[in-house]
Amino acid sequence: MTAFRSPAGGRIDRSKPIRFTFDGRQMHGHAGDTLASALLANGVHLVGRSFKYHRPRGILSAGPEEPNALVTIDRGGGRETPNLRATQVELYEGLVARSQNRLPGLRFDIGGINNAFSRFLGAGFYYKTFMGPQALGGAKLWARLFEPAIRRAAGLGRAPAGPDPDRYANRFAHCEVLVIGGGEAGLAEALRRSEDPACRVILCDEQAEFGGWMLVEAPERADEMVKALSARPNVTMLRRSQAFGAYAQNFVAIAQQLTDPLATTDAEAPCERLWQVRAGEVVLASGAIERPLVFPDNDRPGILLAGAAETYLRRYGVLPGRKIVILTACDTAYGAAFALQDAGAEIVAIAETRAAPGAGDIAARALARGIPVLPGTTILGTTGHLRVSSVRLGRIRPDGEAEPSGGFTADTVLMSGGWTPSIHLFSQTKGKLRWEEGLGAYLPALPAPGQAIRVIGAAAGEMPAGMRSPALGALPVAGSPDRVKAFVDFQNDVTARDLRLATREGFRSIEHVKRYTTTGMATDQGKTSNLNSLGIVAAETGRSVPEIGLTTFRAPYTPVTFGLFAGQARGDLFDPVRRTPMHDWAERNGAVFEDVGTWKRAHYFLPRRPVDATASGHAAMHEAVQAECRKVREAVGLFDASTLGKIEFVGPDAAEFLERAYVNPVKGLAVGRCRYALLLNEAGFIIDDGIIARLAQDRFHVTTTTGGAARVFGMFEDYLQTEWPDLKVWQTSVTEHWAVIAVQGPRSREIIADLVEGIELSDAAFPHMAVREGRITGTPCRLFRVSFTGELGYEINIPAGLALPLWEKLAERAAEFGGGPYGTEAMHVLRAEKGYIIVAQDTDGTMTPEDMGLGWAIGKKKPDFIGKRGLMRPDLTASGRKQLVGLVAEDRSRVLEEGAQIVPDILAPAGSHAIGHVTSAYSSAALGHGIALAVIEDGRNRIGQLLHIPMERETIAVRVVEPVFLDPEGARLHG
Amino acid sequence: MVDGFADTSRFRLVEAPPLARFVLRAPDTALKAAGKAYGLALPEALNHGASHGERGKPGARVALHLGPDEWWLIVPEAEGPDVAAALESALGSHPHSLVNVSHRQVGYVLEGEGAAGLLNAGCPLDLSEAAFPPGMATRSLFHRVGLMIWRMAPGLFRLEIDRSLAPYFVAALAEAAKDHS
Amino acid sequence: MLLIRCPWCGMDRPEIEFRHAGAAHITRPGPPDRVSDEEWAAFLYLRDNPKGRVAERWRHVHGCGRFFNAVRDTVTDVFVVTYKAGEPRPPETGPGESQPTEARP
Repeated sequence: MTAFRSPAGGRIDRSKPIRFTFDGRQMHGHAGDTLASALLANGVHLVGRSFKYHRPRGILSAGPEEPNALVTIDRGGGRETPNLRATQVELYEGLVARSQNRLPGLRFDIGGINNAFSRFLGAGFYYKTFMGPQALGGAKLWARLFEPAIRRAAGLGRAPAGPDPDRYANRFAHCEVLVIGGGEAGLAEALRRSEDPACRVILCDEQAEFGGWMLVEAPERADEMVKALSARPNVTMLRRSQAFGAYAQNFVAIAQQLTDPLATTDAEAPCERLWQVRAGEVVLASGAIERPLVFPDNDRPGILLAGAAETYLRRYGVLPGRKIVILTACDTAYGAAFALQDAGAEIVAIAETRAAPGAGDIAARALARGIPVLPGTTILGTTGHLRVSSVRLGRIRPDGEAEPSGGFTADTVLMSGGWTPSIHLFSQTKGKLRWEEGLGAYLPALPAPGQAIRVIGAAAGEMPAGMRSPALGALPVAGSPDRVKAFVDFQNDVTARDLRLATREGFRSIEHVKRYTTTGMATDQGKTSNLNSLGIVAAETGRSVPEIGLTTFRAPYTPVTFGLFAGQARGDLFDPVRRTPMHDWAERNGAVFEDVGTWKRAHYFLPRRPVDATASGHAAMHEAVQAECRKVREAVGLFDASTLGKIEFVGPDAAEFLERAYVNPVKGLAVGRCRYALLLNEAGFIIDDGIIARLAQDRFHVTTTTGGAARVFGMFEDYLQTEWPDLKVWQTSVTEHWAVIAVQGPRSREIIADLVEGIELSDAAFPHMAVREGRITGTPCRLFRVSFTGELGYEINIPAGLALPLWEKLAERAAEFGGGPYGTEAMHVLRAEKGYIIVAQDTDGTMTPEDMGLGWAIGKKKPDFIGKRGLMRPDLTASGRKQLVGLVAEDRSRVLEEGAQIVPDILAPAGSHAIGHVTSAYSSAALGHGIALAVIEDGRNRIGQLLHIPMERETIAVRVVEPVFLDPEGARLHG
Repeated sequence: MVDGFADTSRFRLVEAPPLARFVLRAPDTALKAAGKAYGLALPEALNHGASHGERGKPGARVALHLGPDEWWLIVPEAEGPDVAAALESALGSHPHSLVNVSHRQVGYVLEGEGAAGLLNAGCPLDLSEAAFPPGMATRSLFHRVGLMIWRMAPGLFRLEIDRSLAPYFVAALAEAAKDHS
Repeated sequence: MLLIRCPWCGMDRPEIEFRHAGAAHITRPGPPDRVSDEEWAAFLYLRDNPKGRVAERWRHVHGCGRFFNAVRDTVTDVFVVTYKAGEPRPPETGPGESQPTEARP
């Protein structure tokens, strides 16, 4: 039996002892304990050091509002979670808990030095120091001395260093009624609403057990209600489930803890689950939170909320102390006093801040029990280093000050400042609040439009008179209130003095006071402090609380792990990885892949012979790319172009639509022919390009860039549906239906010739820019005679599921001809040698067809097309626009850097206007030197000029040349 | 049984055999003719599916009405060319678009009493029978990818996912299944 | 996550199935040679950004695929009405109360 465990009573299972450690010290508790109740049972109140001053802190509450008792739970194997509230951590065998914010130890902490300097760390310290470092000896002093020291001393917990080994799950759920809060009101509502078996009810509560305060006062009744609910199939009961965010249209996010700490769990099973619930109606039964009282030295361990003490005693069978002084502004603390006295504690006195103690005979009952009741009394101070040991009392005078009136020794002080309805989630949905003076709190008034949210029970202010107190703010003190530390926000170490100072410095809106003093911030979001802060600011500025305003309630209501938000979207499931049908072959054959959008594309192929160990990765890549380029130019190359976007346009108006969509004339395109096509946006800028192929009078096969596929399809859909809905044409994405094998090079015809059926391949019958439907190796295909390399070439479109055998056969043949596969890097080099652009590499969203030397593509006689009017804008027709040109460095072996800026003058000073930049740069195997594409102002008129590229250590001289480096006549295209 | 996915007593995932798939786009006026040629009346109500025959078996027909003028037609692989020819000839006078997308998608069957709950790990729709009754078919999402969901019976869903996204879908479903054991 | 009624599907569907597509009822001026630079600039770039009710376009991209229009209140995020593309904005969905009202004589 631990020292402070009551001999009987409570919800804990005394037959199940549990061992755990706190800061390495072995302790015992029971099944059903929280870490907080187990620590108290072991007589431990000191559980942490405060955020700023490193003051010793104890357990304040018994619920989710806890500001002080933040611990790190280490479940081993990297499962380390900081900043967990000890009041919410269920005890399990072998639990390892550590206190936080201590240097080096909890009982002796050198960070406590901050406490001694607290006068300098008051409200707005950070702001003042950042804004006016001169006053503190200048910015250097700040950077070298203050900042590192303060950063080390202040803060909460430590983030784990390794990846999180746990799993997190997600569920979308729908119900007619979501009841948030499983106390008496919530249980009753869930029972009532679930009588209709067609009404799906979800009930959630953050505790391990439903019942709320009933677990303290009437546990049998709670058990009955839970039993009745559990029997109903239309009720989903979520324990350990905190509704932390309430959003528009009755959408609520709930964090559920799944790891049942007392059960051996499946290692594969998730530890938390995010519920995204869409409810017909949200019923908020979130109860109320007891307010602390603001008196000097109210933060010592051993000082806690009266309701929490009663909870620890009656629910967990734990006595928080043996010699107890109570300070209260409402009646509920009497219940705690009586229960504790019955359990053997000495109630030294009940100090009543009210002039007349509460309702009915409650004070008389206390007196009858031998408990002194001191009306109009407050606490002027407490003593005790790591635990409260005595209190000094003061009588409150009519003038609002207090005079000393004796004192007591005590190991525990209980306080109650009345109860605040928990309206956070209601307020998150933008519901309107109203101020209730008699409660010293805001209540829900009107749900926001479109919200079906109803607040019931204590959260709606339906509380017995004994829970109500209008008292807010700091209690009277003897002498200057600025000489004492009366804490308002325990977690952020904000005192009443800090708040008064802020108002004296001119901060009047509570939003500003909050940011300046940090009151109400951090993990507890001011659940126990906000209203007292409001009370102090109101009193200090002579205004009412509603006049001061209210800080915005934001999700999450309580801290939520990052893992929960990430869910299963991590590692391979972070984003889909799309692979082509040839992926596995490429992988087996040494492909190094690059990401293009969500696709994996073979970037280059490392030859299977061992790579020279001394060669860097870059050199190996260079060698591979050069070899791939040579194979294409000299023999034949295979390229996996399956990722290209492909759209099939069908309908009598298909040609008309494409004529309006692309800059090119399309209506005149003959069946069986292809055209290189440019797509603009309405501003006149190039956004995509591809091939338009006419398969029949009313059927076209159109390609887009890999990255642009989805965007272009969506844009076309927009025009089809909303701009030209009268056109009888439909588009269908066939990107994934067709795999595409590009066969490029002088030997390309030879390797496919005997595989193709039904298509005459001669140059005359099947010329460059033609398309045919037929069969290859017996499989239906669409064969394109197109080239992105400048060589004779084909693109074979074959149903994706049948592509791999064909690729394998072609690869075998290519090898026999001295060819082989090539990747996207070689593809880039080959097209650059021909001056073919890559949209979004050589263009940047501000380039017109004319700029890129592609003005020839525009159908000049067309009355309209997407971007036509845009191209007529004065800026787009002006002279001096950037134009695509080629560049060769004077040192011809040199490969320029993509993105490098170009200036006309070799001595251009830093910051000079750049007249253009390099968009593509490669080492050309075919030419034996470096080549580059660039966009340069008035570029075409500069051909032959010498320009300069200033780099970090040198300036590179470059010559402007035509952008077509190889075979400008196009002879190679015709084999 | 699908690679990378562990069936349980509450749900099983089965990959469909190769099938012929077409997207038919046509105005309502073409429906009758299309249905006659197809051998199965195309459902008029949006987001509904109809079928006869057993998947993959000769004569099996599926028609899913997924957009106001969009139907997916799914038939045994071998019957694709004949079905296409019959439709094209029947629809000759109606403006329409019939496109072969057989290899664009991968089909799955997810069945079992836990199927709807498992889908709700990543699909935001209300999959209760009242909100999503048997016969309903629609595109939606599963985590990061789009998919087509057709409920044939309370515990029987047919799903279609784009080919390159199918491995992600199976992996994401398998991961979700760890929360449904 | 909002719930949006697709006027084509006739169902409330989750927001992530949809894609926002900018302001509604913007007419593409034409033919190009009859459109002034100012008109074209306004078509390309100038949009209202009111506090209150806006008519905007959405596409049920992960559903029926259709574009439609919606009147939504930018203050409350409430969808007042959704209607098919091509249909006029319902007259009763004019600026709501959260729209700053102009002084009237």
